[in-house]
Amino acid sequence: MQIVVDLNRCEGYAQCVFLAPKVFELHGEEALLYAPAPPAEQAERVRRAAAACPVQAILVGEQAGADAGTGAGADVR
Amino acid sequence: MSGEFKSGRIVIVGASLAGLRAAETLRDEGFTGELTLVGDEPHPPYDRPPLSKQVLLGRVPAADVGLPARRQVDARWKLGVRASGLDPAAKEVLLANGERLPFDRLLITTGTRARPWPHPEEARLDGVLTVRTVDDASRLAERLDAGPRRVLVIGAGFTGSEIASACRERGLAVTVAERGPAPLVGALGGTLGSFAARLQRAHGVDLRCGVTVTSLLGSNGRLTGAELSDGSRIDVEVAVVALGAVRNTEWLDGSGLAAGPRGVACDAGCRAFNMYGIVTDDVFVAGDVARFPHPLFDYQMLALEHWGNAVEQAEVAAHNMVNPGPLRRPHLAVPAFWSSQFGLNIKSVGVPTFSDQVTIAQGSVEEGRLVVAYGYRGRITAAVSVNRAKWLEHYQRLIETAAPFPPEPGAADRPTAPRVMASDVPDPKVLSHGPTVALTGHLPDRRLAVLRPMA
Repeated sequence: MQIVVDLNRCEGYAQCVFLAPKVFELHGEEALLYAPAPPAEQAERVRRAAAACPVQAILVGEQAGADAGTGAGADVR
Repeated sequence: MSGEFKSGRIVIVGASLAGLRAAETLRDEGFTGELTLVGDEPHPPYDRPPLSKQVLLGRVPAADVGLPARRQVDARWKLGVRASGLDPAAKEVLLANGERLPFDRLLITTGTRARPWPHPEEARLDGVLTVRTVDDASRLAERLDAGPRRVLVIGAGFTGSEIASACRERGLAVTVAERGPAPLVGALGGTLGSFAARLQRAHGVDLRCGVTVTSLLGSNGRLTGAELSDGSRIDVEVAVVALGAVRNTEWLDGSGLAAGPRGVACDAGCRAFNMYGIVTDDVFVAGDVARFPHPLFDYQMLALEHWGNAVEQAEVAAHNMVNPGPLRRPHLAVPAFWSSQFGLNIKSVGVPTFSDQVTIAQGSVEEGRLVVAYGYRGRITAAVSVNRAKWLEHYQRLIETAAPFPPEPGAADRPTAPRVMASDVPDPKVLSHGPTVALTGHLPDRRLAVLRPMA
């Protein structure tokens, strides 16, 4: 699982911090820090946090391009 | 006939945030043709903002910063290979491994790279680092883990200031050297620049403004210290070069596109201009590498090194690549970015450097919570909040509607006598670091025309 928070949109309501405190934390009063690749056991809490975000700033998904492989220009589909 | 737009071959050069979101949008919009993404880094797309924050604090391993996919994308990925040229007549991208990729439409999202330390020999010293890529951040986090006695940060823009903040939070001694008069002054002007200077010093940063680092000193290939232009000398084991970014346009030399150090010029619909100023219809640009005209800022060409711009411009570019003229959209989003440093959340909407005056619209410097509004010739052009993110949306609406500056009082915590001051945005030339928002090359309150008598 991979997450990204659109911090332009985030206004520091901190609903995510209450729902998934091991993934999201406030740094100071309103700067959000989060773990971009939370462990599987946090998945349900993260989904609830994303759903509860008043400004819908949290995107949850599988890692983009995970099937792209790594390497020197090899074609990967 | 829209069929021709939804098929064919699309190549995206640049496989980071903008390239990824464009690829997803192309498929969302019904593109069924061949899609190829080219990226010079060996990694799949990843998110850069956490690199100078969570990663340097040691809270998150650098390898964790991948991006979530919005949808599955059927595409061919060519990672770890650089694009080396563009043949616009043959419609082919040339790759560094000698391969040629034919395209019907091309999207350029090659972004920027860290500006290197100008002295190559000093830059090679062990302990001299930059922060742009996941590998850079991983290396620096490792160095910070080792507990160096002092870290030198060269350049006090956003990246440099965030690095200094991470060092202080880890309890490391840090010196910040900036040629300009204050940290962040190039992006935010004098009022917030002096606020940032006080903030850094209050957090124990050895902040030195108005100086340049004249040389990095080494012994047996390892960094040992630095000399400053004021004659002082400091002992450091790690130096982070935070001099801003260089746009990745060299591979377009000879392509005939309007590409150069300031980026690739394009129209509001993300179509690239060629060097004659004629708009192309098969080459599109998005993200940090693009320069585009924005009506809210007198149609000046803006180049924005912002996360949100990479996403929004990529979406517009992708939409316009697969839709005919009348259905195309302009990229008109109001620029926005954030930074967190020294426990504060700093957010900006609009273009603060496009200003002649500022006023503290809410809160105060003393309480460390405030909104600064920026105006140009009597209309509001930007607002920056410090720990006041919830207020910013209001100012964004004022900016979008070109509301008068100074803004009407609308809040209970407005200072009693709002004072309008000069915005004091320095010429980018006096700063150590490059600007993260590049205007066409002049600031609106300055005339740069120079008349030279004929010899």
